[in-house]
Amino acid sequence: MSTESRADDPRSIEASDSTRGYLGADYSIKSWLLTTDHKRIALLYLASITVFFIFGGAAASLVRMELMTPRGDVFNTPDDYNRAFTIHGVFMIFFFLIPSIPAVFGNFLLPIMIGARDLAFPRLNLLSWYVYMAGGLFTMYALVSGGVDTGWTFYTPYSTMFSNTQVIAAAMGIFIVGFSSILTALNFIVTIHTMRAPGMTWLRLPLFVWAHYATSIIIVLGTPVLAITILLVAVERLFQVGIFDPAYGGDPLLFQHLFWFYSHPAVYIMILPGFGVISEIVTAFARKKIFGYTFMAGALLAIAVLGFLVWGHHMFVSSQSMYAGMIFSVLSFLVAVPSGIKVFNWTATLYKGSVSFKTPMLYALGFIGLFTIGGLTGLFLATMAVDVHVHDTYFIVAHFHYVMVGGMLMAYMGGLHFWWPKITGRLYSEFWGALSALTIFIGFNLTFFPQFILGYVGMPRRYYEYPQEYQVLNVMSTAGASILAVGYLMPLIYLPLSLVIGKVAGKNPWGAYGLEWQTSSPPSPHNFEESPIVTGGPYDYELQEFADMHRAVQEHGIV
Amino acid sequence: MSSATAHAHDNTYGQDDTYLYHHFDDLNQQHESSSLGMWAFLATEVLFFGGVLGAFAIFQTMYAPAMRLASHHLDVMLGAVNTGVLLVSSLAMALAVRAAQLRRDRETIWLLIATIVLGSAFLGVKAYEWIHDYHLGLVPGLGFRLDLYPGRQILFWSFYFTLTGIHALHMIIGIVIMAIMAVLVWRRWFSGGGATQVEMLGLYWHFVDIVWVFLYPILYLINR
Ligand code: HEM
Ligand SMILES: [Cu+2]
Repeated sequence: MSTESRADDPRSIEASDSTRGYLGADYSIKSWLLTTDHKRIALLYLASITVFFIFGGAAASLVRMELMTPRGDVFNTPDDYNRAFTIHGVFMIFFFLIPSIPAVFGNFLLPIMIGARDLAFPRLNLLSWYVYMAGGLFTMYALVSGGVDTGWTFYTPYSTMFSNTQVIAAAMGIFIVGFSSILTALNFIVTIHTMRAPGMTWLRLPLFVWAHYATSIIIVLGTPVLAITILLVAVERLFQVGIFDPAYGGDPLLFQHLFWFYSHPAVYIMILPGFGVISEIVTAFARKKIFGYTFMAGALLAIAVLGFLVWGHHMFVSSQSMYAGMIFSVLSFLVAVPSGIKVFNWTATLYKGSVSFKTPMLYALGFIGLFTIGGLTGLFLATMAVDVHVHDTYFIVAHFHYVMVGGMLMAYMGGLHFWWPKITGRLYSEFWGALSALTIFIGFNLTFFPQFILGYVGMPRRYYEYPQEYQVLNVMSTAGASILAVGYLMPLIYLPLSLVIGKVAGKNPWGAYGLEWQTSSPPSPHNFEESPIVTGGPYDYELQEFADMHRAVQEHGIV
Repeated sequence: MSSATAHAHDNTYGQDDTYLYHHFDDLNQQHESSSLGMWAFLATEVLFFGGVLGAFAIFQTMYAPAMRLASHHLDVMLGAVNTGVLLVSSLAMALAVRAAQLRRDRETIWLLIATIVLGSAFLGVKAYEWIHDYHLGLVPGLGFRLDLYPGRQILFWSFYFTLTGIHALHMIIGIVIMAIMAVLVWRRWFSGGGATQVEMLGLYWHFVDIVWVFLYPILYLINR
């Protein structure tokens, strides 16, 4: 590939302050808000996603405080409580979990990992951030000016007929943010297909890239169905068009089918990018080739496909036919196979590896443990008889928090710590990093494990008062939530601080393999001084020259 | 932007190097990216319409008698005329793409205008039908006459207006982009190099036509 400079091309970015890479290319506000550099756009996302996360987290704290006592005391009415957990659910799902890893790390790393200079459509990429912000601010407006009390699931006919809250506005916010994920996913798919560096064959793609490929396919096929569903809810509310509402001749079950056709795959939109992150971290810190690379990539695609066939397990107790239920139950068990392959292969990679327990690795280990618990309880729920017992109880709440917070959020934090030196060029304090990982792990389990028991003994979800006998477990859960909050606050302090006092990271602080570690930290605006030519697989940790480099890292700390 | 004179590195898509963005290696790669992007986008559109169409198909079989009664109020002739108009507009669009590839700017502009006119004619007929439906009391939420059309017939009309509504919205978006594109070609924004853009717009327009080719029989014909 030629790397001749295009100095005469007005579109090429000016040569930059070489030690500050893309961060030093220009310092004006305009250069950030109008940037088409995928790395800067990733940082725009990082900042906005963090804000939405804090917003959703504040709502969670209120919910948890309310549940500390059996009586309603924090909120004046059950309606206010409903609004609070809806804010929490909507922001965490649509504005944090779904975009987070793809929009931040995918944006930043995907082009670098395949040796490209940018995503295929840089301006579309910027547009998708603006669309995300528009959707976010719109929803925020809807939720603070009157709020929504339907829960993040917007079940009809409650949402179309009875709820007198801002359903239409919130639905439109979610509709808008859906476009943002579609645009990002399109961009990823095209980039992976057409922008790979010479030698970067499909079977040399890092698993992180494979994960984003699988995720993008789910987004492209699933999100439009959510978009039309939500649009129909809004239209039905506005014009009394009868599609879901029995009063107008429609069918509320149709809503559930359409909604879960998207929203079950959506849980894989949330978790697959996490799988990608964990694969990168595990090989890097075990210093071993990932075990069964092709199976790992295949499992990602298998999950993407199977994920579309199991939505009916959310409807076991609806009036869906028993036979449909049986089929959905069996298909749901099938999804466990590729997920099991992933966990097994990570473990096999760690086995006899020279594992170093740095902060990203601690988060990754937390992920593997918690995701396994979340996934296994998913199997309980896929068993119809058990699901009938625990449906809409705190068992469900515990299950999805184990998968989404214990899984996805751990992966997000792990990725943040793994690539922070690459993104910023600075190292954070290992001590504080490890402490945050540990605090989050402990806080998480104390918060959500009691909820399994609560649900099993019968406490329903979405109630703000409950019988006295559930209080002990609820207090434990709220106490855990406070510890969890402290764990999340720590990185908010030591990571920004590292920008000022952190040690310079160098190209490759972890001695890891992969194209992103061969360019400077932070990378230059064009990612590489010279376009790379790829000659080997993604995780050749066994190569001699690599072993030598690793020894150099161990001895001198920095490459 | 000044017009390009050197066509040294032409590709087969009627563009030259001036239109190469810095992050691509060559024009073929750039063109390939644009088409793959457009096709993937159209896949999302299929699913978008597919959600409602699937739902409608289920209700259509569940409540066949009511659906049949309701569908008889549609004017098959008007639908057929509109189908013809839309297919001719697709032809005009295809010719516009060809003209753009051959860098015949004037021809491109006129063909785009022809497509816009035909698309607007379709929307005009559609609007006429809707107004007619409104006077018959067939619009849910806007004076639907449950006394005249009892039972599940309202369900048919809910789907009819949703489907034709989002289809019309897609057409309006297409027409606006076509107008912008025509102006850009006229202002020599592409200097004869806008072939890829016109081609992508063409794909979109053909897709919108195909959607109608499905809607027409499903809504107007199968209940006869
Ligand atoms: C950090 C501490 C957190 C606490 C204390 C917490 C607490 C809760 C509680 C008590 C509920 C149940 C509300 C109800 O059904 O009555 C809930 C629901 C939910 N949470 Fe969390 N949560 C936390 C973090 C998160 C995070 C980080 C996410 C996503 C990333 C998340 C996603 C959800 C979702 C999707 C629901 C379902 C909402 C619904 O069904 O309406 N939570 N949370
Ligand atoms: Cu599910």
